[in-house]
Amino acid sequence: MKSVKKIISCIAAASLMTSLTACGKKNTETADQGQAEQNSQAAAKNVTVRFLNFKPEAAAVYEEIAKAYKDETGNTLIVETAANNTYEQTLSAKMSTHEAPVIFQINGPRGYANWRDYCLDLTDSDIYNHLIDKTAAISANGLVYGIPYAVEGYGIIYNDEITQRYFALENRATDFVSMDEVDSFDELKALVEDMQANKDALGIKGVFASTSLKSGDDWRWTTHLANIPIEREFTENNTDLTGEGVKKLNFGYSENYRNIFDLYLNNSTVDRKMLGSKITDESMAEFALGDCAMVQNGSWAWSQISSVQGNTVSEENIKMMPIYMGLEGEENQGLCIGTENYLCINSAAKPEEQQAAKDFLFWLYSSETGKEMVVKKLGFIAPFDTFTDSEKPADPLSREVLRWMDKENVRTIPWSFTVFPSQTFKNDFGAALLQYAQGSRDWDYVAEQVRSSWETESSML
Amino acid sequence: MGNRKLNAVTMKSKLQGYFPLFVLPTLAAFTISFLIPFAMGIYLSFCKFTTVKNARWTGLENYRRIFSDSNFINALWFTVKFTIVSVITVNILAFLLALVLTRGLRGTNVFRTIFFMPNLIGGIVLGYIWSLIINGVLGFFGTDITYKAEYGFWGLVILTNWQLIGYMMVIYIAGLQNIPRDITEAAEIDGASKRQIIGRITIPMVMPSVTICTFLTLTNSFKLFDQNLALTAGAPGRETAMLALDIYNTFYGRPGWQGAGQAKAVIFFLIAAAIAFIQLRITEGKEEV
Repeated sequence: MKSVKKIISCIAAASLMTSLTACGKKNTETADQGQAEQNSQAAAKNVTVRFLNFKPEAAAVYEEIAKAYKDETGNTLIVETAANNTYEQTLSAKMSTHEAPVIFQINGPRGYANWRDYCLDLTDSDIYNHLIDKTAAISANGLVYGIPYAVEGYGIIYNDEITQRYFALENRATDFVSMDEVDSFDELKALVEDMQANKDALGIKGVFASTSLKSGDDWRWTTHLANIPIEREFTENNTDLTGEGVKKLNFGYSENYRNIFDLYLNNSTVDRKMLGSKITDESMAEFALGDCAMVQNGSWAWSQISSVQGNTVSEENIKMMPIYMGLEGEENQGLCIGTENYLCINSAAKPEEQQAAKDFLFWLYSSETGKEMVVKKLGFIAPFDTFTDSEKPADPLSREVLRWMDKENVRTIPWSFTVFPSQTFKNDFGAALLQYAQGSRDWDYVAEQVRSSWETESSML
Repeated sequence: MGNRKLNAVTMKSKLQGYFPLFVLPTLAAFTISFLIPFAMGIYLSFCKFTTVKNARWTGLENYRRIFSDSNFINALWFTVKFTIVSVITVNILAFLLALVLTRGLRGTNVFRTIFFMPNLIGGIVLGYIWSLIINGVLGFFGTDITYKAEYGFWGLVILTNWQLIGYMMVIYIAGLQNIPRDITEAAEIDGASKRQIIGRITIPMVMPSVTICTFLTLTNSFKLFDQNLALTAGAPGRETAMLALDIYNTFYGRPGWQGAGQAKAVIFFLIAAAIAFIQLRITEGKEEV
């Protein structure tokens, strides 16, 4: 009798336990079931591909793509999106689960260094074969691991309506009649400072949107803006970006960086002491609401600007110009155009999943439906030869990037910030910039901080 | 007599039969969600890894790395200072509030509810709310919370007080209500002053609540993360980064340094456990009155 009871209680306990563990496994099971059903419905080669999306602003579009892909090919694509600024965290967490993404993204050589154990060789993939500039891919030891999928550009975005208003002013100190005449730092400075002096007449709070320096929101200065002087240094020294040469930085053009940074700080909507809590979204909102005339950002910002409520910037008035900072030969300087995001396929996934992932990527960047999604919905300038000249995104900022790319005698600046040593370097840099803006540190400190942090962080990799 | 004893024995063995039924589910949950991750965490602190699956043993390398930069020590100091200040302020203020709100004033329940409310709001939200308030105030002086480490420090203290006082107050109220009315009455009749009653009767009688409250404020302040991230995120520089935030920054700050972050977390655990243990020993000793 006693032993019977013991057995019963053991069984009861065991059943409780299984129900407990079943709770934890629920998700996988339903997913597996869903997959099994599809397998029985459609062809036998049907495999589900998991895609971890880097761009939160494109999350809804990827859902649409998944649906279109399903309708057209019968294959399932599960899209998961990491929240803003948490891609690395999400990827680290997901990679160790049974639902690891098959397609994921890395941000250049540094990202590859971290994820090399999970990057599949893509040398023979269709998508790589159609890549126009093969050197743009992430490769190591002669094999290809990451494929760039969108060319983007950044510069100073300006609201042409406000600059036109300035050109129409009676008592202004400059004699520019068009933004096309501004092609050097001195001219930009003269223009901006006079616009700032006339800000009330122009109906703006400042020329530049606030220089967001809250920790985590300083990337426009610590990566994008810093790219210009640092790229110049690398180019002059013929530094091999994959070699040991990038471990040291003189930051010889730091004064040029300071030129433009001071211009941003001193001619802004917000006092330079108040920037420690400003975020990028606020800057973009100021621009969208017409509180300022200019903001440094890139082609991806259009959706952000157009979605601000009460947006006063019309599509035809939004323009982009290069970031001048007094470097030699800058009259021929173009926008900064490149990519920092690369598609990778998980080498730990099953072979059929890897193949399905390759098929999906090729479908997205070569089929009619896929290409339309890329151009019209995602708004990517895709770097593949499957796209014809007419298949280009039509949003105003991407059009500006294309316009600058097509200009004769203009030198486009590539994105070198993918070789910046680490996130810690960028954070230190951003913190120093904030202290400089607040007046508690001088510029020499910032420049020295950049040099020393670059070197220590490079040695720690 | 003998019969009864027999009953007790069978009763006991009956209950023993149910032992697995009651213990196993909890034990399983504890093992799955605490013991295994904890053991893995310690193992990973000796490894180089990107995800938990591709860990490679590197021995003490990660522990050596922790001390290669001064961030960890700075964060430790900042955390210790912050913890001391907030444990003292939270407990004193919560105790005073509890004293006031057990006097049978009008609207006591409304006040209790209001004071408890901040505790129901998540840390990140609180951090953003307070950064708006503090920056709004500092804005009059043309500066903001990121300007000086002192601003961030006191901002964090105010935030933590605001969040924890209500909860601690509830615990103190429960303790105060458990003091038998006749003891204080007797003291009053014997001519004890209000101060004497509080010092000699009330405080010794609520020592169990003090133990719980200091433990909770101590560990909560020491482990503070969300509020720190949302309010200052370490600015200026890293001067206001507490230990948990420093661990997070180490983990994601450099490729290949996840192990160092993990090693910091292990040391963090050891410190937190030691402090909590010592504190419990000290205050429990005072409970025996």
